[in-house]
Amino acid sequence: MDFQVVVLAGGTSKDLVPLVSKEVPKALLPVANRPVLSYVLELLEQSNLKDLIVVVEGEDAAILIGNWISGAYADRLNVEVAHVPEDVGSAGALRAIAHHLSANDILVISGDLVCDIPPGAVAAAHRRHDAVVTATLCSSPVSGPTESSPGGKDKAKKPGRYNIIGLDPSKQFILHIASGIEVEKDIRIQKSILRAVGQMEFRADLMDAHLYAFKRSALQQVLTEKPNFHSIKQDVLSYLVRNQLRSELVLNGGQVEENNGGEKEPIGNNRVMSSQLLLNSSTQSFHELYAMCPGGPTSVPRKTHKCCAYIANKSKYCARVNSFQAFCDINRDVIGDASHLSGYSFSAHNNVIHPSAVLGSKTTIGPQCMLGEGSQMGDKCSVKRSVIGRHCRIGSNVKIINSIVMDHVTIGDGCSVQASVICSNVQLQERVVLKDCQIGAGFVVTASSEHKGESLSKKEKQ
Amino acid sequence: MVAKKGGHRDEAEEDLARDPLQAILLADSFAQKFRPITLERPKVLLPIVNVPMIDYTLAWLESAGVEEVFVFCCAHVKQVTEYLETTKWLSQPNFKVSTIESHNCVSAGDALRLIYEKNVIRGDFILISGDTVSNMSLTEALQEHKERRKKDSNAVMTMIVKQSKPSPVTHQSRLGTDELIMATDPDTKQLLYYEDKADHLKGISLDKSMLSESASVSLYNDKQDCYIDICSQEVLILFNDNFDYQHIRRHFLKGLLQDDIMGCKIFTYEICSSYAARIDNYRSYDAISKDIIQRWTYPLVPDVQFFKNSATKLERQGMYRASEIGQSRSAQIGPCTVIGNGTTIGNRTAISNSVVGEGCSIGSNVTIEGCYIWHNVTVEDGCKLKHAIVCDGVILKAGAVLEPGVVLSFKVVIGEQFVVPAYSKVSLLRQPVNQDSDEELEYADDSVGVADNLPMANGALTNDLAELDVCATSEVGTNGAGFIWSINEAVLEEEWRHSVAPIPADKLAAIMQSANGDPELLTHDDNILPPSGELEPESMTNDSDTEDANDEEATYFEKEVEATFLRAVEEDVRNDHVILEVNSLRLSYNMTALDCAGALFYSVMKLALDMQHNTTSELFANVAKVMAKWKTLLKSYLLTIDEEIEVIMKFEDMCMGSGKEYAPLFEQILHLLYDKEIIQEEAVLNWASEKEEAEESDKVFVKKCESFIRWLNEASEEEDEASEEEDE
Repeated sequence: MDFQVVVLAGGTSKDLVPLVSKEVPKALLPVANRPVLSYVLELLEQSNLKDLIVVVEGEDAAILIGNWISGAYADRLNVEVAHVPEDVGSAGALRAIAHHLSANDILVISGDLVCDIPPGAVAAAHRRHDAVVTATLCSSPVSGPTESSPGGKDKAKKPGRYNIIGLDPSKQFILHIASGIEVEKDIRIQKSILRAVGQMEFRADLMDAHLYAFKRSALQQVLTEKPNFHSIKQDVLSYLVRNQLRSELVLNGGQVEENNGGEKEPIGNNRVMSSQLLLNSSTQSFHELYAMCPGGPTSVPRKTHKCCAYIANKSKYCARVNSFQAFCDINRDVIGDASHLSGYSFSAHNNVIHPSAVLGSKTTIGPQCMLGEGSQMGDKCSVKRSVIGRHCRIGSNVKIINSIVMDHVTIGDGCSVQASVICSNVQLQERVVLKDCQIGAGFVVTASSEHKGESLSKKEKQ
Repeated sequence: MVAKKGGHRDEAEEDLARDPLQAILLADSFAQKFRPITLERPKVLLPIVNVPMIDYTLAWLESAGVEEVFVFCCAHVKQVTEYLETTKWLSQPNFKVSTIESHNCVSAGDALRLIYEKNVIRGDFILISGDTVSNMSLTEALQEHKERRKKDSNAVMTMIVKQSKPSPVTHQSRLGTDELIMATDPDTKQLLYYEDKADHLKGISLDKSMLSESASVSLYNDKQDCYIDICSQEVLILFNDNFDYQHIRRHFLKGLLQDDIMGCKIFTYEICSSYAARIDNYRSYDAISKDIIQRWTYPLVPDVQFFKNSATKLERQGMYRASEIGQSRSAQIGPCTVIGNGTTIGNRTAISNSVVGEGCSIGSNVTIEGCYIWHNVTVEDGCKLKHAIVCDGVILKAGAVLEPGVVLSFKVVIGEQFVVPAYSKVSLLRQPVNQDSDEELEYADDSVGVADNLPMANGALTNDLAELDVCATSEVGTNGAGFIWSINEAVLEEEWRHSVAPIPADKLAAIMQSANGDPELLTHDDNILPPSGELEPESMTNDSDTEDANDEEATYFEKEVEATFLRAVEEDVRNDHVILEVNSLRLSYNMTALDCAGALFYSVMKLALDMQHNTTSELFANVAKVMAKWKTLLKSYLLTIDEEIEVIMKFEDMCMGSGKEYAPLFEQILHLLYDKEIIQEEAVLNWASEKEEAEESDKVFVKKCESFIRWLNEASEEEDEASEEEDE
């Protein structure tokens, strides 16, 4: 397939401090003991998309990620890791690597996505309609755990609303998209588009899954013409959707681009050509009908482009690690309801215990749990719905419920950990009680201390 | 009466199914679209394909299982009742038709209120106007309505809609009605939005609350309102309670949608294969006539005798001919044409796509195309008629020409060789002078009187004819009779929209032209949706629209800040928490620190204003108190001189706008702010110097505090001197 894949792996996201740090960029955050980026990479590998560009914010993070990829995927994928300055936004990241793009269509996927939507299907939908952009939509997750988990109580119970999306009756085209703060405002619709389609459906229960297919020429054009576009979702996508019935901008812009940017980039010609391709696409949709609509003697045919939607089946899992809550939810889901994503084989007790792990007597590990390689647990411990990383040393009489314990963590006797995340190399001394806490890497929690709803981490050395 | 009513309702709830189905038929459209014809005859009695409209409606009601119909008559009461008496409708078994008369109703709302007072409606009823043609089956829609009612007593109405895409060029349906935009919940079919008077240059704005209750909303532009409503009794009560409701759609429907009155809900029912449409204007008259001829309305078609219509035979190509017509051999009758009983057609006459009524005599060499000729019309030799409506008793003298869109009212005589210009309306009656009367007051004021003077325009009229003849000759040719109604300029522009004639090509081209230069299509809605919050509105080619959006944003932001602040006051929240919240608001609305300072200051002053006070001095005391308390909070946003100036300007705005009470205190409060060290003298002075350039009207407040400023100036000079001295 002539698709180039760009994975936007982000950098050290501020939302996820203290889980992420300079040593652990967001892409390497473990979800069920695997870096989150591995989920995307494997998803792409399954669809036989093996030429990837992974874009990382920040040089240090790029090196870390590059090292990890070359170690883990050396002979499986052809990966190029590019780094861009921090805070350029997703559109900025694409702009920065635009010169690497050569294929006709570009698949852009967020590196923090954990999902089982086949990118191949998205690409196929994109090709079928000869769309300028195809966005993948999935059902909005119900925020907060559905099971009786303490973490969910304080969260709102109604499904989260991330986007308001207008679709045509066939549910193939996006006619309207609102994201971010626009979601909370009144919906304002262009009449021209409603007239062209006749009927549109607004959905608040769909979410942009951050998996897009773009026509390269259009994408590059928008990125160069609109230097202040910052985010793919909020700026590029909404711009394309807004202008789909009068893409003169795109086309005229293309010619202008060719005129004054000709010496800069040799691909300018392709741009015009594919702009014309946009017009001559074969399937009949409202776009063509609109373009052909009788225009009197003087009018020129209107130019349109298509913004498609690929709506993932409800049964598909799709979530992004973009908040602390999401991180916990995804970890829980990957070893629970969406266990097929984890790539592990579950035991009869519906849990995964590495053969090299050592358990003390009377220690129980419940279903939907994971115990990593070389970890040791003392006597009379109890683990429920939790993930425990590699080479952890856990004392006796320890309770771990609904929590995530990363690698090389030492937990003293008699500790109780509930609904918390404990990063690598943390040391919990004896009888520590944690509830709803996040412990940053390398932190030491002193004996017998009790913490509730706190975020503890070492002071970053300046 | 109340007790009785209660009893009725209980009963109705128990035996919902057993109650006979009732209908209210409004035999008055409360509109003036069919003038001048409706000055002489009520709209419901106008023939469509040679049968009065009301017969179609009644025939449908009967076939749909309605058992009792109340015909509400207002304009031309006598004509309607007399007509009904001549038909069989009043003596049908299992179908009771009774009339309710009124002389002073001016709207559907009045009519429904009157019917409510009569207390005749016992359960669910069908609300329909007497100009509706339909063949739909009500069973399913009624079933749905009743089931919904059982679950939710707030589901007061089910309206029937039908697919019909408006023309993308004229934004008009083929029935000539304006484009309708409505939104429903796709699962429950609840109506959420209804706009038929939309300005087609503007975007549509759906309220955000719409999506809060259900996960999806369907927005339609391709539906047509059939104006058939299944209502429950509450609808009448609602009309009675809200006595300002006049129009069923414009007031009642929108009122319920917007104001959420008692949680009442309206639902829609879409019909797919059956037919329903309302004759609203000349264009829909044309469209529906064609539908009838083309049998979309089966069984309500000319060759089926559903009431006293004469026997006609369907021939090939949709040609209907009554049994007794005198047709010359050389006459050509084209497709989709109906010829009524007793009509004679002369030699070499061509008729196509037209309806000719009973007892007409059409001469030789006549061309009739797309016309609606009613009964007893005389068309002399050599006339040419195109897309015209010709009422009863009209005489077209030899060689007269009707251009497209002409309407000739009853008994008009067009002189020889006279050419009636396109879209003109000719009547024997003079045009009422007070044209500016509200559209609602349709036949009401003057026309009722006219109608009484001229029942059926028959006998009485002939007496005046001679006299009319004299003065009207010049208007419609020699020996003609009739006045050409003048159309005022504004209406003329729109006349083609509702006319019986097809839209002329040049008009279409002209609209296309304007559509291409449509601001919406080019720049306008580029800015309707500002891009993401984190970006400056794209390309900054701000036209007023983006600014509006920004303004809106700013007011939202201000409100939010105010709400936050008030919460802080009530719950005694710590200052730093307030700061945190305001900061997060600032980020989410993409505002600057200046905006925060302004908004916060506004909130503080608003609080002082809202506290109880009787005199200005008390108000001042309030301000002092509030300022003392929230000084630190304010101070944390007043980091630079710029913000302080912003505060002063905000205060100025307030004095001119929402907080006029502060105006007299302007200087005092400014002084107070200075004393409390909320603003520094530099800020005041900068503000004053900035205003120096401003217009006089802007300087009101600068002038007010002239003395204060002077004092500040002097003080600073003194200080300077003092410091100089010290330096020395």
